[in-house]
Amino acid sequence: MRKAMKLVMAASVVALVMSVTITPATAVAGDVEEGKVIAFDRQKGNCLACHAIEGGSLPGNIGPPLVQMKSRFPDKAKLRDQIFDPTRNNPNTIMPPFGKLDLLTAEELRKVVEFVYSL
Amino acid sequence: MRKIGSIVVAGCLLGVAASTFAAPEDDLKSLQKFYKERFPDLKQDEYVNGVYALDAGLREQWQAIEDFPPYEMDIDEGKKLFETPFKNGKTYGSCFEKGGISIAHKYPYFDAKTGKVVTLEQAVNDCRKTNGEEPLPWYKGKIAQIMSYMNFTSRGNVIKVDIPNDAARQAYEQGRKYYFARRGQLNMSCAHCHIDNAGRRIRADLLSPAIGHAAHWPVYRSDWGAVGTLQMRFDGCNKQVRAKAAAPQSDEYRNLEYFITYMSNGLPLAGPTSRK
Ligand code: HEC
Ligand code: HEC
Repeated sequence: MRKAMKLVMAASVVALVMSVTITPATAVAGDVEEGKVIAFDRQKGNCLACHAIEGGSLPGNIGPPLVQMKSRFPDKAKLRDQIFDPTRNNPNTIMPPFGKLDLLTAEELRKVVEFVYSL
Repeated sequence: MRKIGSIVVAGCLLGVAASTFAAPEDDLKSLQKFYKERFPDLKQDEYVNGVYALDAGLREQWQAIEDFPPYEMDIDEGKKLFETPFKNGKTYGSCFEKGGISIAHKYPYFDAKTGKVVTLEQAVNDCRKTNGEEPLPWYKGKIAQIMSYMNFTSRGNVIKVDIPNDAARQAYEQGRKYYFARRGQLNMSCAHCHIDNAGRRIRADLLSPAIGHAAHWPVYRSDWGAVGTLQMRFDGCNKQVRAKAAAPQSDEYRNLEYFITYMSNGLPLAGPTSRK
């Protein structure tokens, strides 16, 4: 257990160091799970309002289902851009600019990106 | 992928509609055409039924509710209020043409004297003031009951909002601007939900088209536990996008009501009714 903790800590230190040099930051253990909670939270991402996402009930159908994200977005930074400010890709989009308008903090956004990238 | 394509196309279409300074008749025609393409089988008069015009399952549930209308008592109560004389002996009827019966479809209208849009609720409260009575609180309660009765006597009358002059045209444009402007923390416009995405679902809620939106008020909602007015619904939708509501009967809301009622021109009044 202690060993595992150490490993996670080591990983996050590495991630921290790496995030200075490369964006988007490398995933930290637990990001996908935490990102999912944020994405599904009505007060946070509320992504299910518009997107079908595996594991979410009663999704809306305003946006496309979020599937095969790695092949849709080989470049993770482009995926982040879409969530940060979708108006750059489509000026009239209904999708809220989660990063630009601070609907999610930088940390939350990073985790949501990891979650979506895992779909 | 096809889906995304069509969303983008709809967006562009309305982007154009929102930026050009089209005549109101052309606005209405292009909106009708837009919905006609999206809902080819939907008959014009069905638009007054909102989402129940779009989904057979929802419609069935709704019709079961309408068999025992939850607003029936409000019509009766509204009639009583409407007919009860003020302290000075006069009644509401004295303030309106035809004694206030079968006239709801003429509201809102543009008053050339004040240079403002007048809604039916306002006309009722103005009538109270003229007769030395305190105005009623907006949205819910007695005012919505009086609205229920007045609209009930006007059921089936065809909406024909007029834009008589340049000042009225400006009020219309203000309302239209409000409809297409992004607002709230979530940065969405009324048009995003009710035009671009009409017929789609936001979470579990089907989105109704803007045409017909002004034709069936007041509405009983279990959420409200009462009948409420159109402008009360504006507040609800503003809250969904975490936007600040405008004040009841403010210029913003009156102009917005003017615009959306114009978009219901040609439809028969169908209020009061019930909604989820
Ligand atoms: C109110 C509606 C709405 C909400 C809420 C919403 N989206 Fe979207 N999203 C859309 C629409 C519509 C599109 C289609 C492209 C466009 O208009 O930007 C889209 C596109 C996307 C795409 C690109 C999909 C592809 O295959 O190209 C991703 C990724 C995405 N959204 C992620 C998210 C995430 C993550 C959240 C929540 C944090 C979210 N969306 C919340 C409406 C929404
Ligand atoms: C985030 C999406 C969203 C936005 C933005 C939005 N609405 Fe709504 N609106 C809804 C939903 C959901 C309902 C309930 C289902 C329906 O009837 O469409 C609704 C219902 C309504 C109704 C009642 C329809 C009926 O048949 O009783 C009116 C009127 C209305 N909205 C007007 C507006 C106006 C005006 C604005 C802008 C100030 C607006 N909406 C913005 C989602 C939205």
